[in-house]
Amino acid sequence: MVLKIDKNKCLSCAGCVSICPKDALTLKNMVLEVDENKCIECAICTRFCPVRALRLTTNL
Amino acid sequence: MEQKYDIIIIGAGPSGTVTGKLCASKGLKVLILEKRPEIGAPKRCAEGLGKPDLERIGYTGKERFVTQKIDGGILITPNGGTIDLPPGPGGYILERKVFDKFLAYDAAKAGAKIYTKAHVFDLIRVGGKIAGVRLMYNGEQKDVYCKIVVAADGVESKIARIAGLPSGNTPNTIESGYQYEMANIDIADPHKLYTYLGNEIAPRGYIWIFPKGSHIANVGIGIGNCNEKTAKYYLDKWIAGNPGMSKGSIIEENSGGIPIGGFLESMTTDNFLAIGDAAHQVNPLHGGGLAEVSFSAQIAVDVINDAIKSGDTSNSALDKYNKLWWEKRGKNLKKIEKIVHMLEKVTDSELNMAQSSLSGQDIIDLTEGKTHKLIRIMLKNPRLATLVKYLK
Repeated sequence: MVLKIDKNKCLSCAGCVSICPKDALTLKNMVLEVDENKCIECAICTRFCPVRALRLTTNL
Repeated sequence: MEQKYDIIIIGAGPSGTVTGKLCASKGLKVLILEKRPEIGAPKRCAEGLGKPDLERIGYTGKERFVTQKIDGGILITPNGGTIDLPPGPGGYILERKVFDKFLAYDAAKAGAKIYTKAHVFDLIRVGGKIAGVRLMYNGEQKDVYCKIVVAADGVESKIARIAGLPSGNTPNTIESGYQYEMANIDIADPHKLYTYLGNEIAPRGYIWIFPKGSHIANVGIGIGNCNEKTAKYYLDKWIAGNPGMSKGSIIEENSGGIPIGGFLESMTTDNFLAIGDAAHQVNPLHGGGLAEVSFSAQIAVDVINDAIKSGDTSNSALDKYNKLWWEKRGKNLKKIEKIVHMLEKVTDSELNMAQSSLSGQDIIDLTEGKTHKLIRIMLKNPRLATLVKYLK
């Protein structure tokens, strides 16, 4: 699985940044980025996101 | 940008700029760094503030950042019943974009130096102790040194975590929020705040209407973190079911995390303190953080000033900030956090009972952590009596 960010949906609110237990998300120049080496696919951020801009999908 | 300051504040929201202004007016050399290109935007706030809270930070309510005067509120229970909330000293709906700029103007006027698009990404340590910040500015990496770093970087609170404080959120300490600023909507009384309760419309949260004019308002929702659907889904559904709302136009959209507790025992370490949303300084019942700034900034500045003037900025000197904040704000906010956890277990039909058993003043008392009356009522109902333990 891999965490995908839908940049068209994301409003850069950064709520997910604070909720990520592994500090894998960062808002850089107002754009959300995920550090795949840190992400443990726990899905806490996907449940939090007010617009479902974050999704765990299989990496094809 | 110079190389050395007394204080570096990360984040130019209200916590950062009010703290910066007060530090600068004590004669300290202050640098405020904001990573966004504009202070005050995008807003992540319903923009309400009580009159005494605004006055505590030195404003009268006549400034041009005030959009609407508020004199009370209306709480709507799931069955449509209403409870009138008394106006108390009254309050305002602000235009945060203008308000935050005003605070920045006044911080700059007091002598603080502010930079926007200055992204702090790390702390500098000397001999293991925090001694400054590392940032990107104009495409270049810079190191700037200081005696005390103040993390006022909001809900994200990356800097406090780098400093070693457990300032991140868990699903229990943050709600998922979504808000529209809407124009051309019908508002029964545009000088009241409206709060709609109910697990159908806003599971483990509520919907709010904060009027900014006769037909303009912030219409938003905060929900708990365990839902299949998003905050936006619930808000859109509620608006679609209300013709007075759905006829309006959306002129701004905001999303965000609404901190609802998770207070930090310690908000300091050597040469470092955290303030505002970054330190979880919020009222857990409504998620409001602006009013808390008016208390915590003054507490922080007195401690910072004493520490710098005495030459001791160690954790044991800054610990006075923890002690004073917990005594003046934390103790009470912790009580309110318990009310929130209890309310999460209350059903819609029990919420409906509030209309016949609680007065508007009782509700205001709850938002201030006074639970005696609530406990008396709960003890009369067999199921609610079992929830009283959560309030103790």
